[in-house]
This record gives sequence, structure tokens and C-alpha cells, in this order.
Amino acid sequence: MELTKLIARRAVQLVIVLLFVSFFTFLLVRLLPGDPTDIIIPFGTEAKKAQLRADLGLGQPLYQQYIDYLGNILQGNLGRQYSSGRPVSELVAQSLPVSIQLMIYAQLIALLFALPLGIWAAYRAGSRSDAAINTTGFALLALPNFVVALVLSYFIGARLKWLPTGGYAPGWLDPIFDGTRSTDIGGHFNYMLLPAITLALGQIAIYMRLLRSDMIATLKENFISMARAKGISNLRILWRHALRPSSLTLLTVVGLNVGALIGGAIVVEVIFGIPGMGQKITLAIFSREYIELQGYVLVVAVLFILVNFFVDFLYTILDPRIRRGRSAT
Amino acid sequence: MDDLRPDAIPESSGSTSQQIVGESIERGFLGSSSEIALAAVETGPEGEASRKKLSIGAWLAIGWMGFIILIAVLAKTGIFTWGDPNESFVSCARRGPFSKEGTAANFILGCDSNGRDMLARLALGTWTSLYVAVGAILVGFSIGGLLGIISGYFGGKTDTFLTGLFNILLSVPGVVLALALVAFLQGSAETASKSSISPEVILIIAIGIVGIPLVGRIARASALSWTQREFVLAARSQGAKHRRVIIKEILPNVLPAILSISLLGIAIAIVAEGTLAILGVGVRPPTPSWGNIIAADRGNLFTSPHIVFEASLMIFLTVLSLNMLGDVVRARFDVREGLL
Repeated sequence: MELTKLIARRAVQLVIVLLFVSFFTFLLVRLLPGDPTDIIIPFGTEAKKAQLRADLGLGQPLYQQYIDYLGNILQGNLGRQYSSGRPVSELVAQSLPVSIQLMIYAQLIALLFALPLGIWAAYRAGSRSDAAINTTGFALLALPNFVVALVLSYFIGARLKWLPTGGYAPGWLDPIFDGTRSTDIGGHFNYMLLPAITLALGQIAIYMRLLRSDMIATLKENFISMARAKGISNLRILWRHALRPSSLTLLTVVGLNVGALIGGAIVVEVIFGIPGMGQKITLAIFSREYIELQGYVLVVAVLFILVNFFVDFLYTILDPRIRRGRSAT
Repeated sequence: MDDLRPDAIPESSGSTSQQIVGESIERGFLGSSSEIALAAVETGPEGEASRKKLSIGAWLAIGWMGFIILIAVLAKTGIFTWGDPNESFVSCARRGPFSKEGTAANFILGCDSNGRDMLARLALGTWTSLYVAVGAILVGFSIGGLLGIISGYFGGKTDTFLTGLFNILLSVPGVVLALALVAFLQGSAETASKSSISPEVILIIAIGIVGIPLVGRIARASALSWTQREFVLAARSQGAKHRRVIIKEILPNVLPAILSISLLGIAIAIVAEGTLAILGVGVRPPTPSWGNIIAADRGNLFTSPHIVFEASLMIFLTVLSLNMLGDVVRARFDVREGLL
């Protein structure tokens, strides 16, 4: 019952935050100076403008407009891209899976390197290899995404010619969102590898440092000494005993990144020419497709909130200490 | 709504590592990647460094920062210049230290695709980039700090409202928000037909606004813990007005927490300037900035890489130095202790 109460409270919070965010995106278009139709379709015919006004419900009071907007969102209607007349939901279905796949690969690569490095650095804390790992990590943190992207595409793409430096082929997730797309797994990974490595590099440093500092604390605990005394091998102690209690912070941050990278990987998507949410957002801003932009921002924000809610909630269930701490307040 | 507070961790929660876990989870309900980057810089081994002597790395970082600030000021004021950053030399175009024919004489760092001297452009670009970054931090820190202190000091509905506002701003990825703000501000500046707002100022405002919730949360957490102290109660019971308490009692105590992350903030703002430039909304072309030097010649990366790489190197070294110094400053002020 303690748990159900908590779930209920969290769910109410979630709904409130979602309402606020939808109101924020709603205001995005209404706050445009002057007549929004002049800005959204400056060269549109009077008939087109009248239609847009009707679509936006501009004649009605603001609260009525918001209620209509909410109703439309709930029915999956995000409005239309005015240059082509295509529904925004269709455009989201094309670009969202691209960003999600990129995010997944980036996280997998980052964890693949960060886990062993972080554990090793903590195990050998203070040693020369720890110092080397840390210095590298510190340097990686100072490398902006776009610098990594450009360096990789120059050396690995242009000089060594191992991987293409731009383009995209649909992968395993695209057909699920948009049935008209076929899959080309080989080409897909070929195109996605460099951008995924780019995104992963910065995160390796972050994850590694977080894991290292938590791991060092865990290794001082009594149950580790106990395990050592029992003669369990170091490798097993590190991976089986110490990693789990040390990974809470790490997993939270991974969760945050999962949310942030959908639509947040803009530069990388633009530099490598990947048609994901980030690139679509940039294009929408430049072509002043405010309705389209509104749709993307809403999708990105809602996904971010949902992912965070899920991660946050997972912890409340997984770690009894946090659960107790929460219900005490 | 208490659960949204980063400080809702009970005080009895044992070791510091667990407090940090709890804190980041509480924050994690809505955070952002730059906040994570901040956290990662903060939890480094350097963070444990005591108030001993500065390391060689820190001295190098101070040296580098002094060096680029000197260059920036000299280039901007024209006391000592490295030539006109906008003058074209056809013989030198696209040639640089890495190109096959080597760089042209008198141009150590080569020229960009228009034959403009990279040395002169990088020097003036240093000014632009630092100006935008520091300006953005001033905007973000003053507004964010003020809102955070108000939120933490008054609590109640004010707090709920402001925290909610921060959380909404944080639920949109920083780059998307900055990009949208720049586009919106540029659009409004054009329609208002008073094009007096320079692109640099628009960038400063946009990046600054993105920083508001990040600083706001830190200031709020800090203000909240100081508000509960006895000396604040004492000041209040002596009849001091809220404004006086905030300025005289709270602000001086919150300031170290805010200032200690300002160096890291400048680093993030420099990267943000570069990112926005690459996305096409940076400083307008004739004026060089590190970001727009990269953006302008990104297409020539494969033929004349020196243009992009030289500017990238400037960004990298500066961000590295700022991160390092930020760590040192934070360790001195011991902010984590103050936060909890």
C-alpha cells in the first residue's frame, strides 16, 4: 500500500508536468508576434491562411484553443507541415526511430567501454593506470560533440575511408514505425557507427567517472572485505558484488541521457546527415514551420519526461532505501 | 510536491555516496545532459584534492586562460594585431600547416577558404567566443541565481511555481531550446524592424536563458539550506525585511556555490556557441568566432582540415582549462558540503 500510494502520487505529478509542457508548446505558436498566420505561411493565399486560422482555432478564447489542442494531441494529431501539407505525426514516425536507434547504439558503446574502465580505475585507485584513465576521461569531457564528429569523419571517414561520413539507411526499428520503409541492416550500421561512436565518447568519460567514484566507496564496505575473506576471486567480487550497489548513479544518468539524446543529438545528426529528430528540428526552425516545430518539441519533451519518470520509478522499486526515504518525507 | 525537491533526502541517509546517489536521483526526475556533465566533472578525483598547492595542470590551465584573454583583448582593442582578419590573400587560400604545398610564407597557421589569415581570425574569434560565453553566463547566473534564491527563500507556492518553471525548461533539450530561442529572437528583432540587437547579444540571451534553470536549481538548493539557519531567523526576528535578509544574509552564502560552477558554465557556453554556429544560427559571418570559423569551413574539412582543426583545438584547450580550474575552485569552496 505504501508503494501504491507512491505510484499514485508520482502518476499525478507526471500528469501535471505533462500538462505544463503541452501548455508550453501550445504557447510557442500563440506567442509569435503579430498574426501567426503571416509568420507561418507568409506567402500563403487568403484561403490557406483562413484554413490555418481555423486549424489553430485562433478566433476562440485561449482556454478553448488549449483544450482543442490537447484533444488533437491525444488523438495523435500534431498538425501539418504547411509547405507540403503532410501530417506532422507522419514526419515524427519517420525521424523518431532514427534518433532512438542512434541513442541506443551510443549508450551500448559507451557502457561497453565505461564499465570495465570505471571498475578498473576504482580497483586500482591511485595507481598509474587509474591516473591514465582519468586523465583521458578528463580530456574527453573537454571535447565537444562537434569536434569529435569532425575529427572522426576526417580521419576515419576521409583518410582511412573505413566508414561513410554522411547518409542513412533504415535499420530494424524504422519499418515498425513506418511500414513503407524497408530494412538494410548492413548499410544501416555502416552509416550509424561513426555518429554513435561520436556520441558515446563524451559519455564514456562521464559514466566512467561516476562509476569510479561510487565504486571506490563501495569497495570500502564491510561486505567486500567479507567476500575477500571468503576467498572469492577479485574479478567476481568486482563484477558480481561491487558493481550492482555502485551502479545506481550511473544508471540514473544513463536514463537521463536516453531521454536527452532523442532530439538532443542535433549537431551529430546534422554533421553526419542523419535524418533524425534533431535534424528535423533544425530544418523546421529554418523553414519557419512553427507547427511542425511545436510537434517535435512536444514529442521530444514528453519522451524525455516519460523516460525520466520510468527511471526514477524503477529506482523507487529496486532500492528499498530510496523508497523508505521517499515515503518518510 | 516535496518529491520534486532535490533536498528531500532525509538527513539520516548514511554515507555521502548514498546522499549523492539520492541527490542525483531526486534531481534526475528532470535533469539535463549539461547538468550531468557538470556532475561528472565534479565527482572526479581532482574533486577530492585538498587545499594543497595547485598542480602543474592547474598552472598550465591558468597560463592558457591568461594567454587567450590577452590575445582576445589585444585583437579587439587593436593594440597589437596579427593583421586584418577580413583581408583576403589569394595565394594563401586553403593552404595551411597540413596541406601538401605547406603554408604560405608569413602565415604560420595558414588561411581559410577565402584566404583570410587564420591567426588574425582566431585571435579576434577568441574575443567573440569569450564575450558571448561570459555574457551568457552573466545573464544566466544573475537571473537564474536570483530566481533560485527567491524560490528557496520564500518556499511554498513561489517555490512550487519556480521549480515547475525550471523543470519545464529542462524537459526540452538545451540545444533545441537555444536554437528555438535564437530563431525566435532573430525573427522578433526583424519584425520589430529595429535591428539594433546584434547577433552576439541574441546568442548571449538565448544561451543565458538555457542556463537559468541549471543555475536556478543550484541556487535554490543552497538558499534553502541557508534559510533554515539561525542567523536568518535572528535577522528576521530583529525586523529585517525580506529584501535585506536576502541581500545581506542569504546572497553572500549562496554566492560561492554559484560562482564555483561559473567556470564550468563558461566552458559549456563556449561549446554552446560553437554548436549553434554549426547549426547555422551563430555570430554573423564577417565577425569571426571559434564556432563560426568551424561552421564556415566545415565543407572544406577533407581538403583543408587545418581551418576546422585549429579552431577546434582552441575550443578544446579552453574548455579543458576551464574544467580543470572549475574543479580546483569547487574543491576550495567545498560546494558539495554547502549544498547538502
